[in-house]
Amino acid sequence: MTGSHQTLALVLFSVFVAVTLAITTWVSRHRHGSAEEFYAGGRLFSPLENGFAIAGDYMSAASFLGISGLIALYGYDGMLYSVGFLVAWLVVLLLVAELVRNCGRFTLADVVAARMAERPVRIAAGTSSVAVSVLYLVAQMVGAGSLVALLLGGSSEAARSWTVIGVGALMVIYVSLGGMRATTWIQIVKAVLLMAGTIALTVLVLLRFHGDVNSLLSTAAERSGHGPGFLAPGLRYGGDWTARLDFISLGLALVLGTAGLPHILSRFYTVPTARAARRSVVWSIGLIGSFYLMTIVLGFGAAALIGPDEVRASNASGNTAVPLLALDLGGGAGSTGGTVLFAVVAAVAFATILAVVAGITLASSASVAHDLYTSLRRPHAKQYSEVAVARVAAAGIGAAAIGLGLLARDLNVAFLVGLAFAVAASANLPVLLYSLFWRKFTTRGAVWSVYGGLIPAVLLVLVSPVVSGSPESLFPGVDFHLFPLQNPGAVSIPLGFLAGWIGTVTSPEPPDEARHAETEVRSLTGAGAV
Amino acid sequence: MEQVDRQEGRDATAMAVDDPWYEATASGWSGETATGASGDGRLDAVPRQRVHSAAEIYLEVQRSPAFQEVRRRYRRFVFPATLAFLLWYLAYVVAATAAPGLMARPVAGAVNVAMIAGLGQFLTTFLLTWAYARHARLRRDRAALELRWDTQEMTRGMVQP
Repeated sequence: MTGSHQTLALVLFSVFVAVTLAITTWVSRHRHGSAEEFYAGGRLFSPLENGFAIAGDYMSAASFLGISGLIALYGYDGMLYSVGFLVAWLVVLLLVAELVRNCGRFTLADVVAARMAERPVRIAAGTSSVAVSVLYLVAQMVGAGSLVALLLGGSSEAARSWTVIGVGALMVIYVSLGGMRATTWIQIVKAVLLMAGTIALTVLVLLRFHGDVNSLLSTAAERSGHGPGFLAPGLRYGGDWTARLDFISLGLALVLGTAGLPHILSRFYTVPTARAARRSVVWSIGLIGSFYLMTIVLGFGAAALIGPDEVRASNASGNTAVPLLALDLGGGAGSTGGTVLFAVVAAVAFATILAVVAGITLASSASVAHDLYTSLRRPHAKQYSEVAVARVAAAGIGAAAIGLGLLARDLNVAFLVGLAFAVAASANLPVLLYSLFWRKFTTRGAVWSVYGGLIPAVLLVLVSPVVSGSPESLFPGVDFHLFPLQNPGAVSIPLGFLAGWIGTVTSPEPPDEARHAETEVRSLTGAGAV
Repeated sequence: MEQVDRQEGRDATAMAVDDPWYEATASGWSGETATGASGDGRLDAVPRQRVHSAAEIYLEVQRSPAFQEVRRRYRRFVFPATLAFLLWYLAYVVAATAAPGLMARPVAGAVNVAMIAGLGQFLTTFLLTWAYARHARLRRDRAALELRWDTQEMTRGMVQP
């Protein structure tokens, strides 16, 4: 590692920070301070803009660094993540996007509260949204930390910690000053940068192999030391039945989790109509699908050109495979091309982390202010405006994520994201689908389905090998693990649906027919939508 | 005049709505204009009576044939489609974990069954996205928009008696 690509990367990154801060100040110049403006950016983004912003929100460092890294290390098994992350968008497109746009105002809880007793469902849905967001934030923070460790060419603990803190501070500034409008523009800029960087690297990989995908794959298989087994499932999840069940669990979480992510749901409120929400999802599926196809090329490219051993030596969980690949594609360490490409990739990854982190922070501050604060404040206490509360909440969530991010810094980023998806799929998706499609759903059912998914998901993670009992876990020294799977999805997602059903059928109060009619008519026609 | 329009709309609807998959592919051949005219347009309007509260208005709209038709078109597309892609994805995941031998079978060069299946997932996702967007645009959007204006007019009438 020479000093020059570090310097260049830092310069490029500073440029991105400067540009995004300029966007933030420029946007906040026009600020009205209304909730509409802060949470939904005025609701006048075009489908194209929102499509890029959704893609920007979704294509996190976990995808860019984590999935390519997993493919570089484990071959085909890493690719299973890409498939799950993409297919999940069909759930969003077909069942969620338009209906949520029509029924809600700012958050997931709005949709549920439209036909239930407001206070308990807001508290429940607000809590689970914050939990999902914090888990997801931690994953992004870990990504930022490991990227910097590579950049500074060593395992400088202080540098990693300061990066995590710096990213946290920046995101609080973006969110609390700029709100949704600034966050959206940052996502768009980032999505364009990320797509451009990924396309450039993919083209370089394919050029290196003269456009011959077959030779790329066989070189990767050969270099990996596993032969053809590298191109088939089983290297990571093929061991005993626990590992296989773990994989099925992860697969479920990935495909069902996206539709429960608060920062994705809040993006549908930035466009004027359900039709625009649908068109923005179509745009984002195009972008996200082509992005994941390219990460597959990058992952196998890293395996073929760098080799899994060298990737593992740089970062045990593979998060640095793509930067190393960029260095090699540009001509190797010390060359100008390698320096420039490495710096560009590092800067793009930083930009990605910052943007995603800003998006999640905004969504969770909306949950705190719009759902939790408005439901929990005492009626006669001094009233603060919701937006002011949201700004403070952004700072609080930033602090929590920084702390947890420092703690979890050695876990694979894509894997951490898998956990966040499992919680989202268990706690948020059942209540959302029941509210939109089930006539007999009641308040008790709503509250039970949120807690019935959230609590098992979180508890199962706490007693899983992720936290204790294995050399890679968070606390390797102790062992209190009871649950064999790393990902709780296979158990907690059915529990979330089951709890909602039991809560509903045991409800003393009958379902509110009129408010169900209102939800259904509004969700499908857009009548009365804001 | 209105009566005639309505009648045509209903017939065309009964004919075309039967199978959303068929509709999506078939209309691909006949082109924009033809399907646009085949008329998701004029369904039975919401019957206008004197109503008193927002709750009654929404209940009445919900019971109206026009709304039932929009809901039926939506559900008849998304429920089977969701079931299909979830099963296809689950089959893929289970095959990857339970039948690695099958997945590792080579097809051409370094490409094996697992690669084909994975890329197949990408392809079906893109295709279903396209089919859904097309179905919603041609079969649902106009009718939903009319219902929206009708409903909002009724609720406005309630606020300003």
